[in-house]
Amino acid sequence: MTYIIRRLLLLIPVLIGVSILTFFIINSAGDPVTPYLQNPEHTTPEQRQLIIEKYHLDEPPYIRYFYWLSNVLHGDLGYSTEAGGLPVTEAIAKKFPATFELTLIAMFFSIVFGISLGTISAVRANSPVDQSTRILALIGVSIPVFWLGLMLLYVFYYQFNIHDMMPAGRYSKPDFVDDDITFYTNFYLIDSILNGNPRLFWNVLMHLILPSITLAFASTAIIIRIMRASMLDVLGAEYVVSARAKGLPERVVIRKHARRNAMIPTTTVIGLSFGGLLGGAVVTETVFNWPGLGQWSIKAAQNLDTGGIMGFTLLVAIIYVLANLVVDVIYAYLDPRVRLD
Amino acid sequence: MSADITELPLTLRGRLKMALAPRIRELRFSLHLLSKSASSIAGLVLLIFFLILALFPSLFAPARGVDPYVIPFDATHPFPEPPGSEGFPLGSGPYGYDIYYGIIWGARLSMVFAIVVVGISVLIGTILGLIAGYRGGVIDELIMRITDVFLSIPFLILVIAIAAVLGRGLDSSLKAMIVVFWSGYTRIIRGQVLAVRENAYVDAARAAGSGELRIMFRHILPNSWAPSIVQATMDMGTVVLVLAALSYLGLGAEPGTAEWGAMVQEGADWMVAGKWWMVFFPGLVISLFVLGFNLLGDGMRDILDPKMRR
Repeated sequence: MTYIIRRLLLLIPVLIGVSILTFFIINSAGDPVTPYLQNPEHTTPEQRQLIIEKYHLDEPPYIRYFYWLSNVLHGDLGYSTEAGGLPVTEAIAKKFPATFELTLIAMFFSIVFGISLGTISAVRANSPVDQSTRILALIGVSIPVFWLGLMLLYVFYYQFNIHDMMPAGRYSKPDFVDDDITFYTNFYLIDSILNGNPRLFWNVLMHLILPSITLAFASTAIIIRIMRASMLDVLGAEYVVSARAKGLPERVVIRKHARRNAMIPTTTVIGLSFGGLLGGAVVTETVFNWPGLGQWSIKAAQNLDTGGIMGFTLLVAIIYVLANLVVDVIYAYLDPRVRLD
Repeated sequence: MSADITELPLTLRGRLKMALAPRIRELRFSLHLLSKSASSIAGLVLLIFFLILALFPSLFAPARGVDPYVIPFDATHPFPEPPGSEGFPLGSGPYGYDIYYGIIWGARLSMVFAIVVVGISVLIGTILGLIAGYRGGVIDELIMRITDVFLSIPFLILVIAIAAVLGRGLDSSLKAMIVVFWSGYTRIIRGQVLAVRENAYVDAARAAGSGELRIMFRHILPNSWAPSIVQATMDMGTVVLVLAALSYLGLGAEPGTAEWGAMVQEGADWMVAGKWWMVFFPGLVISLFVLGFNLLGDGMRDILDPKMRR
């Protein structure tokens, strides 16, 4: 418990630093008024003046930072023109579920395949299975995410003509209409079941397959590599030798004695690869026209929608920092030695 | 008889030779180990290939136009032509957009870009890491808390945010990446320095009256850099991967530049019409470039690891 509290306290300087960095980035974009304009083209000089007064934008930067921080903490991050002039917080709430569903499925894929392939690879080190897995893992960290996505699209959509895999959002729009569907959770896989609509479920699933494979590929490769390395480490350990010596079946040795311990370093890497997934989501969503946070943030970046850029960067930083906290806590749970120091 | 070393006639050359002898021996041994690792050799072959392309692009595709990094236009070929067409070995985009030309000059652009980003990042990271680790105390805290902040945002997203406010173009991509990449090296070097500075030979050097700077650069740094060399090798690939992503997202190189990500972006819309080569070849070259550095980095990690060395 004290460990968790200490970790939480350590977050404070990091979060303050992140906020200063974000503030600095946004301020180097030039006009500090921009994020607070809901409709920049129809803003009168009087309205600008009001915004400057309301947000204290005529103060020097180091004073403005505190006003800005207080606004952020009150949930006022300005407006995003790329989200049709919505307040940034509402834009995030609206676009979050699409990204979350995609990232969650990709994460699931990469953990399952990463751990199982990494384990097999280590257990049968230097076998053909191991060699091909290692090559796959190397390719996984070397190919560009957007290229993988585009090539998958070319093969499945243009060559095999599987039209449900069309890069047009989360389900085929002309076949299904928003108004006919009740969105309970905004996780479309779950919602389609709740709507009792198997055709929609299938359609949503088909739309999810290519983006989630694309997104999962790189992190799967990273997890395979670390899992293989730490399994190899553990398989040489004395407790594995003694487990074998007392006649336990190999399956039990691998599953209970070796893999559990090999999971410890892997957990950290899974947490770190979560950051890669968030970055990958930005690219993947752009390739597949996925209406999530990533696509929004790229449009914001392309059109200097400072409100959007700021909101997205802050959100991702906070999610990433919290994810790492969770990983550290799990790590401490898995490895009692960590809790002692 | 053990002749007192100080009595030997020490010319500058002689002293240099003596100082360098153990390093050269270790380097030879490293190269020997490297030559026995199949994947490192594969990586090295790939990299030599790209290095030749980067050094002598004109041998393979003579420079055209004022700026050789801009893929030239040719109005006599308005439509994309498939690979193997007359004058377009890897096919073309609209208006004679030569994929082959772009790939060759893109190799030079990528190599130079990666060397500059990684070189400057390593320099900044090494200096800060060395100071933080050696000095400790308040300076260490300060440097490391700032480093933590840069490491607490997924790097692609931080690069995108900075590139966005700096505006499109290769020079803003360059700045954005340096701003992000130094932090990794600071952390690695500092961790190493913390361990190395406890060694007896550091105390010995201090007892012998070596100055702080001499201790830092002669005794601590040479024993701390191995992990960051591996990281730098891998990052050469990562930098090119990130640059390609930036260009694909419309935040990196201007359209028409011989930059592989920008070429994929150019071709993405044409893929609908079945013109796969505009996307396939540039993407393949990015993958091979990055793969080369990853293979070499992997091999170097094993070789430089003292536990696995002998």
